[in-house]
Amino acid sequence: MSIAEVTQNTHTVVQEDEETVTTRVDEILASYTGVKAELIPILQQVQQAFGYLPEEAMSRIAQFVEVPECTVFGVATFYAQFKLVPTGRNIIKVCRGTGCYVKGAPRILEETEKILGIKDGETTPDLEYTLETVACFGSCALAPVMVVNDKVYGSMTTDKVKKILDRKGRH
Amino acid sequence: MNFEEIKKQAMSNWEAMQNSGKARILIGTGTCGIAAGAEDILETLREELGKNSIEADIIQVGCIGLCYAEPLVEIVKPGMPGVFYGNLTPELMAEIVRDYLTADNPRPDLALGTRGEGTINGIPRLFDLPVLKPQVRIALRNCGNIDPTDIHHYIANGGYEGLSEVLRMKPQEVIDEVKKSGLRGRGGAGFPTGLKWQFCHDSPGTQKYIVCNADEGDPGAFMDRAVLEGDPHAVLEGMLIGAYAIGASEGYIYIRAEYPLAIQRLRTALEQMEKCGLLGDNIMGSSFSFHIKIKEGAGAFVCGEETALMASIEGNRGMPRSRPPFPAQSGLWGKPTNINNVETWADVSAILQKGSGWYASYGTEKSKGTKTFSLVGKVMRTGLIEVPMGIPMREIIYGIGGGIPDGKNFKAVQTGGPSGGCLSASFLDSPVDYESLASAGSIVGSGGMVVMDEDSCMVDVARYFLTFTQLESCGKCIQCRWGTKQMLDILEDIVSGRGRDGDIELLLELSEAVKNGSLCALGGTAPNPVLTTIRYFRDEYEAHISEKRCPALVCKALVSYYIDSEKCQGCGICARACPAEAIKGGKRMVHVIEQDKCTKCGTCLDVCPAKFSAVVKISGEPVVAPTEPVPVDSKA
Ligand SMILES: Cc1cc2nc3c(=O)[nH]c(=O)nc-3n(C[C@H](O)[C@H](O)[C@H](O)COP(=O)(O)O)c2cc1C
Ligand code: FES
Repeated sequence: MSIAEVTQNTHTVVQEDEETVTTRVDEILASYTGVKAELIPILQQVQQAFGYLPEEAMSRIAQFVEVPECTVFGVATFYAQFKLVPTGRNIIKVCRGTGCYVKGAPRILEETEKILGIKDGETTPDLEYTLETVACFGSCALAPVMVVNDKVYGSMTTDKVKKILDRKGRH
Repeated sequence: MNFEEIKKQAMSNWEAMQNSGKARILIGTGTCGIAAGAEDILETLREELGKNSIEADIIQVGCIGLCYAEPLVEIVKPGMPGVFYGNLTPELMAEIVRDYLTADNPRPDLALGTRGEGTINGIPRLFDLPVLKPQVRIALRNCGNIDPTDIHHYIANGGYEGLSEVLRMKPQEVIDEVKKSGLRGRGGAGFPTGLKWQFCHDSPGTQKYIVCNADEGDPGAFMDRAVLEGDPHAVLEGMLIGAYAIGASEGYIYIRAEYPLAIQRLRTALEQMEKCGLLGDNIMGSSFSFHIKIKEGAGAFVCGEETALMASIEGNRGMPRSRPPFPAQSGLWGKPTNINNVETWADVSAILQKGSGWYASYGTEKSKGTKTFSLVGKVMRTGLIEVPMGIPMREIIYGIGGGIPDGKNFKAVQTGGPSGGCLSASFLDSPVDYESLASAGSIVGSGGMVVMDEDSCMVDVARYFLTFTQLESCGKCIQCRWGTKQMLDILEDIVSGRGRDGDIELLLELSEAVKNGSLCALGGTAPNPVLTTIRYFRDEYEAHISEKRCPALVCKALVSYYIDSEKCQGCGICARACPAEAIKGGKRMVHVIEQDKCTKCGTCLDVCPAKFSAVVKISGEPVVAPTEPVPVDSKA
């Protein structure tokens, strides 16, 4: 896989200033009506745009769906999908599901952590990579499974982890 | 256009495709197919067809369930049965195009099996293979056969006929038909579907909702994903039938965000339904109207629980609430709501197409019909299977699954995900149905089936599941929030050699408390993996606690590695590979692992050349090996 492939499908990671955030959030909100049931879809779309949920965005959303900010914060912290800090340009996900666990997923995670120099849930300081674990990708028949951005890799070995991550020449 | 006309068109398109005189090539491009490399195969296929100027129809289909053989292609030449080829590489694909499409050699050496009319010498019939013979495909009836992005394919195979029939029936007649089929919910609890519909139907109110639960949170399970990717209309037709029976005009599909392809397939399907007048106002020209919205989950396992799921749709934290009131009385926004699982809906459409009697002819007295399972873990043929209820476990693992790989021994099978349990070999000859799994301490659950061999430590597996449930507990009930944490702490102690006498009893006591003190089944079933492993594998717990020994050699704190001085040839590969720099040696020296530096990663064991096999892994006994390197030649 080439670097170009790895970086496709990723969001931009720039720490936007407050004004830009508000403008982009307003653009997103324009397609919603402002009812509570839209809260999670809105948060999902905003996160897709920024890679995380900027604080200013959350207060804008709270006004829009007419709930207190703490409610938005409460929802955002409940669901594993939402991030309150910026994530890396590339999201590496390692499965920790049962199918993968019995086929050696812990070692795949260890190897990935070793290569990237970060632990599960962390992002490299250069905002290049975020490492996450996921409960199951539903590709258990090909366990152990790892997903780099949106591409699913099956039957992983520590060597394959090296190939997938090293070949891109980190840093 | 009315439905009869649409159907006529669908049939004539389908027949034109069958009789086009061109070869048809079906390629599985579900998520697992793609992960196994189906896209590369597709590219090669297109290139080779172009190069050889062969005209053929390529159809991308969903998962046929033979995941172990992905990437998988079926080639149907005019007048011939379809031939399946598995485990393809681009090179093999090119060979097959050359030999079977440009010439007439079907390459029996590479073929898995044939399907359809006729036979080919030297190739078995696919459905006679041990992996498919015991299977009965109802929910999966179209998966791998049709293009899931073309509604005409579904319609040409009997699709929406059930609905068309239903619209001529009274709602109560539809409910009675579902009751007669004996169908029980496939999402986990196995509640009779017809009865659930009856409750919702009988609830007062004009605004009612239908929900399809596609959250599929159990790790190790992917049945629902496969159905949604391979045959979304089977599920959607079921929802329409349910909506008509209950009197609902709006429906939601709650689907986990980890399934992007399934979401895409659903969106396409909904658009096509609208175009065909199968969704929206006055469906099929009747007075029945129904609308469907897709809601993506946001990564919370507990949202698969029905009340949490509804809270999530409403835009709240997904926390379960106590029942009653049941969703049938007060569900989404306080209105009567009927929730069923993806597979349940797919079964409903089959039942209304083919009749309740036909469906009920499969299965056992109390568990009717078929159930899909994702057969994964340490089994030769992993994949998605559908079997009649009541089939013996042995037939699934050894017949369909082909047994345990690498000559290892079967140890346990885990069913029902984090809510289920681990069953030992003594269960192999029991039937797989709701009652018998429950009496063994596990559940059928949504259908995850993870096979484990002698290399799995059952205490570690219990710890693994508790880690999961403890993490996913929403925190509302204290017994679930703290009880699972406490149980996890004890299990962590046991696997790290700090287990104490009485730990097993304490785990059993806590299990009762967590079960009884939790509002929803997350906490209510969280102790099952612990209870079943204690029930069937108590000796392993005892070995960890009293002998500080892990019989499966899994628990890091309880194992040690050393280098057998008789076998080591001093090649130095292990010393170079050791990430902890814990191996001392030198050229032609017997190498030594410094026990206090060793992180027990197992790298040395992996890299030691097979001809030497000098690295030894032990547990529960002291390391007896030299502490300093000596020359290899001085050994004797
Ligand atoms: C913690 C928890 C998670 C659940 N996850 C799912 C799930 O992912 N999919 C599902 O269909 N049902 C799940 N259920 C069961 C649902 O609450 C509900 O019983 C089911 O959707 C009803 O549909 P059925 O009658 O068709 O099985 C879960 C239950 C609990 C307690
Ligand atoms: S357990 Fe890893 S993909 Fe399902």
